[in-house]
This record gives sequence, structure tokens and C-alpha cells, in this order.
Amino acid sequence: MAFLHKHIIGTKQLSKEDIELILETAESFKEVNQREIKKVPTLRGKTIINLFYENSTRTRTSFELAGKRMSADTINISASGSSVTKGETLEDTAKNIEAMDADVIIMRHSCSGAPEYLAKRLTKCSVVNAGDGFHEHPSQALLDLMTIKEHKGKIEGLTVAIIGDIARSRVARSNLYALKTMGATVRLAGPATMLPTGLEEMGAEVYTDINKAIKDADVVMMLRIQMEREGGNTLMPTLREYAQFFALNTENIKLAKPDAIVMHPGPLNRGVEISSYVADGEQNVILEQVENGVAVRMALLYLLAGGSDEEKNDS
Amino acid sequence: MKMLIKNGRVIDPSQELDSCLDILIEDGLIVELAEDIDADGIDEVIDADGLVVTPGLIDIHVHLREPGHEYKEDIITGTRAAAAGGFTSVACMPNTNPVNDNKALTAYMINKGEQEGSANVFPICTITKGQEGKSLVEMGDLKLAGCVGFSDDGLNVECGEVLRRAMEYASGFDMPIIAHAEDEAIKAGGVMNEGRVATELGLTGNPWVAEASTVARDLMLAEFTGARLHVCHISTRRTVELIREAKARGIKVTCEVTPHHFTLTEEAVRGYDVNAKMGPPLRTADDVQAMKEGLADGTIDAIATDHAPHHIDDKNIEFNVAANGLIGLETALSLTLNLVAEESISLSQAINCLSTAAANTLRIPRGTLQKGVPADVTVIDPEYKWAVNAQQLQSKAHNTPFDGWEMTGAAMLTIRNGQVTFERKDN
Repeated sequence: MAFLHKHIIGTKQLSKEDIELILETAESFKEVNQREIKKVPTLRGKTIINLFYENSTRTRTSFELAGKRMSADTINISASGSSVTKGETLEDTAKNIEAMDADVIIMRHSCSGAPEYLAKRLTKCSVVNAGDGFHEHPSQALLDLMTIKEHKGKIEGLTVAIIGDIARSRVARSNLYALKTMGATVRLAGPATMLPTGLEEMGAEVYTDINKAIKDADVVMMLRIQMEREGGNTLMPTLREYAQFFALNTENIKLAKPDAIVMHPGPLNRGVEISSYVADGEQNVILEQVENGVAVRMALLYLLAGGSDEEKNDS
Repeated sequence: MKMLIKNGRVIDPSQELDSCLDILIEDGLIVELAEDIDADGIDEVIDADGLVVTPGLIDIHVHLREPGHEYKEDIITGTRAAAAGGFTSVACMPNTNPVNDNKALTAYMINKGEQEGSANVFPICTITKGQEGKSLVEMGDLKLAGCVGFSDDGLNVECGEVLRRAMEYASGFDMPIIAHAEDEAIKAGGVMNEGRVATELGLTGNPWVAEASTVARDLMLAEFTGARLHVCHISTRRTVELIREAKARGIKVTCEVTPHHFTLTEEAVRGYDVNAKMGPPLRTADDVQAMKEGLADGTIDAIATDHAPHHIDDKNIEFNVAANGLIGLETALSLTLNLVAEESISLSQAINCLSTAAANTLRIPRGTLQKGVPADVTVIDPEYKWAVNAQQLQSKAHNTPFDGWEMTGAAMLTIRNGQVTFERKDN
């Protein structure tokens, strides 16, 4: 089947068939990544720009590798701040890049909605959201789904617990949409200060007691806590107390199914949201997530820039 | 110069009038209001058959941006937009640059409106000097200069003691304190209503309690000091309930609602529409319903636009940092008439909220067609069909979420002090 999206703004826009196609495509690229010579000519002559307004090591490297392994020309642009602090508007920056005939812009931005804003204003270029504010991080969710599927053989019918600062997590939102679309049960948990309103309406089960969220789960996904939230902030009293009540440890992981897998989008705060014994334990698939990240991003770039453009609409 | 408006359905809430009458205007004043006035010797006769004739509409909450932000709007363009929307008077907020906390600026605004503008300008001055929330402005002197009320609009007066003293002092001059009620700390940087849509969009929420808790404080301070309190642009059900209860207790409080808060919900923000970003934010369908109920039972006194013109450069940026507000003068009447069409309020209630009752909140000496008053008159065709084209409005700014909307009802003729300030040409 054809992939009809011109931009990847979020997993909310993706159908079950879209996600299945992306995951199947990613599987075939994973094989490329395991070869001695990790390179195919699929995107030769295509230009991909990593436009990152926020720091990132993992996601940017992963997208860059994905492009390079498909022989695209990839360029990294680190920008800082928003239109207001930077002096040049987002629209001007993007149009300049488009004028240089880029095929895909991969964008990370601290403002929710920035990639959507860009997609509405560019005529030729595809936009891939590499994380915007608290909104979405679709490639992360897709690599998570790929990892889950590899271990469980399916996604439908599974119970996935996602634990941490849900309110400020784009990873949680993208996973919620994608997992629901694929038929999983999604439990979101954390301190009440980190649980935004409306999650139930969006199809999630919501818990302030993480033990209840972990109970009989097939997948436990821990979110990174931003350490700077401690002190001067009202979201939690201390990191110590957070670790006491909301971290995954060798005890509470026993509540999950015996074959449950442990995930984390990284970077890890060892001893805060996850104990090292669990992070390094048998159930952890954290580095597989990273590995699959490259394959999933290759799949996204291929589906956007690899085929003919004629069939793509602007959704 | 004599002008006669014939055969219109005259609705004047100040005289509890709703009947077919003629209005005779001479030398800028209304001189007669009667059935079948003889047209002999009249310079200009306007046939208002099938139309509604009302006191000139009054918008008690606009931002004219002059001085300081003339690239967004100025007194000439802002009052031109007012006239096109059927308004003959506006009360303008003091968040200009410099802020209006003094007699000179107040006088400047009034004179500019009178001499070059298309509507009467009634300035609202800040409560505190420099809008800094600390020391009081010279309220007595400003009243003499023509100021109609005090507001640190856009900013809440955080310090309860300052607000208490402001109320006490203002009450001695029988002047209202106008509250922009929003607790900055609870708001916590929120850029839209807190709820499902904000969660989905990944935007920080500004919950209803930021408004309602501040309104509760302000109402109690008004009760305690005996001051007149006017609450700006209310947006949540709890605020309506609090004000309803306060009125029943005899607290001297009035309030206003904007057309966008009784028309749109937070859903309008989807797609990160910066024109749907304002403070207070668009709320839920239940809150919209509460606004309609408040208008219907008289809890809400006035409909005011919070006309907030912005340049495209201040809007066409990331949602988080885009300016707050939308223009409203040219769409307010049509959106209000929608409430009449859906039978939420009566036509005379609608006119009252846009004229007589609005004037009464700030004691603006307009909003009536009584004999002897300056002839501010609006002629409305409630059935007139038109479509909003943001680029073709009179305002300098184009920031409206109603662009492209099909509207029913509009001002056809606006008369201020007996002079035509706007006449609608068929589009």
C-alpha cells in the first residue's frame, strides 16, 4: 500500500495501516544496518536538513545516520531559541532552507506546534517532527512500537505502562496515540502534578500509584525526569522522594508480567526514575530501542523522500 | 442641519422602548422621538423601514494602541473600525506606551477621538502608576480629565493591599475599579485553557481557577470597601456564578463578556491558531453556555470586544510566544445577533448589552435616545448577510479567528453627534 503523508508531525495522524507499513519498512532497513557495509543508494541525491532548536544527541545522530546510510546528503543546523529570541522568524529560516532545495527538514523545537507551523508554510519540502515542546515525538514512539513488536510479536492486546512526567512528555503522547491505534491498553502514571487533564478522554488509564500501573503490564516504559525540576518548582518535593514513589526498581518490576520488557527513551537518570539494576537487568531493551531508532528513521525518510511524490497529499 | 430617521423599529433599553418611531436629529442632538414626524424642511431623511434603530453602540473594552504601538492600530483606524461595527463610543484601555496613567494622555485620547476619530473615546486609566501594581494614580484629577474607570488591564493587581486601597480611594470619587482577574501564579505561563485540547497540543494550560479565584478575592474586596467593581472579559462558569451571587448580596459589581468567549471554545486553538490565543483563553462548551445564561438573566451587564489589534509580525510566530488577543469591533454585533437568532437572548437584551447597560457600567453619559442627548445612533439590519474578510476590515490589524465566517446582521449606518461615521455599501 502507498504511504500518503507528506509530513510526519505526529502519530496522531497515522492510521493502523500507516504504522504497519512504517514498521515493516523499518524491519527491512534494520537488516541493512547489520551488514558489513551499512549503506544503500536509496536516497542518493536527496538533501536532508536536521534543524534542531533544542539540544539532542541521540535523536539527531540517529536521523543523521539514517540519512547517511541511505546515501542522502545530511546537514545539521543547530539553532537556538524561538523567533523572538533569535531575531529571524521560523518562517524565514525555513523558507531559506527550502530555497536551497532541501527535500526533508527534520525539526526539533521547544515550542509545541512549530513543525506543524513549518509544514503549513513550506510548499516542496517534507517536515519530520523530531520532538516539539510537550506535543509529539513520533519517531520515538514508532521505534518503541517496533521494539515492543519484536519482543511480543504483536501490539494489539498488550498492556503498556508509561510512567513519569506525562504532562511535559511528547514521548508519552506519541506513544499513547500509536499504541491505542494498534489496539494496546495504555496506562499513564506519575505524581498528580505531572498528570494533565483529559488523558482518560484520550483513551488512557491514569494512575497516581505506579504499582497499580505496573501490575500485570507487558511493557513498562519509564520517562526521563528533568533533574532541574527539583527545587524552585512545585511539581515534586525532591528527587529523593520521586525515586521513592515513582521509580522503577527491582521490587515493583515484579508486579509486571514475568516476561515484561523495560523501556526508556533515554538519556537515563540512574537512581531517579529507574534503578540501575533494572536499567541494566534482563528485562531491559533500552539499547534495542536505540538500534531500532535508526531503522525506523530510515523507514520514515524513505517513505517521505524515496518514492515518487505524485501520490502524496499534504496531510 | 436636520436629519430624520423614519419608519425604523426603535429599540432603546434606556427608555424601555421597542416600537416603530421616527427620530429627529438637529445640530447633533436628538430633538424628537415620535410616530410619523413630518419630513418637510428636513435636510436628510433616512428610511429605516425594516431596520432596527438603537442608541449608538458602546464598546467598553478596546485597545487603540496609540500612543506607542501605532503599527498595530491608532485612534483613527481603531475608531473607524468601531464605526463600521456600529459603535459610536469606545472605552480604551491604558496599556499604551507610555501607559495612560496621567491627565495629558487622557486628554490627548479624548481630543483625538473627538477631532479626528470616528467614535467618542472614553479613556480608562491605570490603577497604579506605570501599571506597576504599586502606587495609585491621581484618580481624582484623572476623573476631572475625563477618565471613566481604572484598570491595570492585561495585568492583575497581584497585591491585595494595593487593590484594597485603590478600591477605597476610587470609591471616594465614585469611580469603578476594572479588574483583569487572572492569578498569574496559578496561570503559570499557561497559553490556552487547561484541559484535553491543551494536553493534546502539548501547550501549557491556564485553568479556570486562575480567573475565578481572583474574581472571588476582588468581589470580597469590593464588598469590604463598598467600591464599584467591574470585571473584564469573564470566561468561566464559576465566575458567572460568583458574580450572580455577589449581585444578590448587593455588592456593587458589573461585568462584561466578549463575543469570542460566548462563541468559540478551546477547540478553536487546534492547528495552533494564534488568532485563537488570548487572555483569558477560550474555554469549554459548558463555559460558553454559562456566558449565554449570564447574559440572559442579567448577571452579565455588557458585551465588550477586548479589541486587541496586533501586527502580523507579532502573531505569525510560534504559538507559545505569539501575542495575545484578537480584533473584535467589526464582528461583535453580528456575533451578538447570533445569540438572538438562536434564542439565547432577546433582541432588546442584545442591544442593551451593547449600549445602555454597557454605558451604565462605567457611567458613560451615552447609550440612550432620549430627547436632548448627543445624537449617537446605530441603524442595524439584523438580516444582512455578509462574510468576514480579515484583509478588508477597517482595523489596521487582521488578527481574527472569524475570517471567512458567514455572518447575519450588521450595522448599516452609524451616527455620532449627528454626523454619519459609517455607512455600509453593499458588498
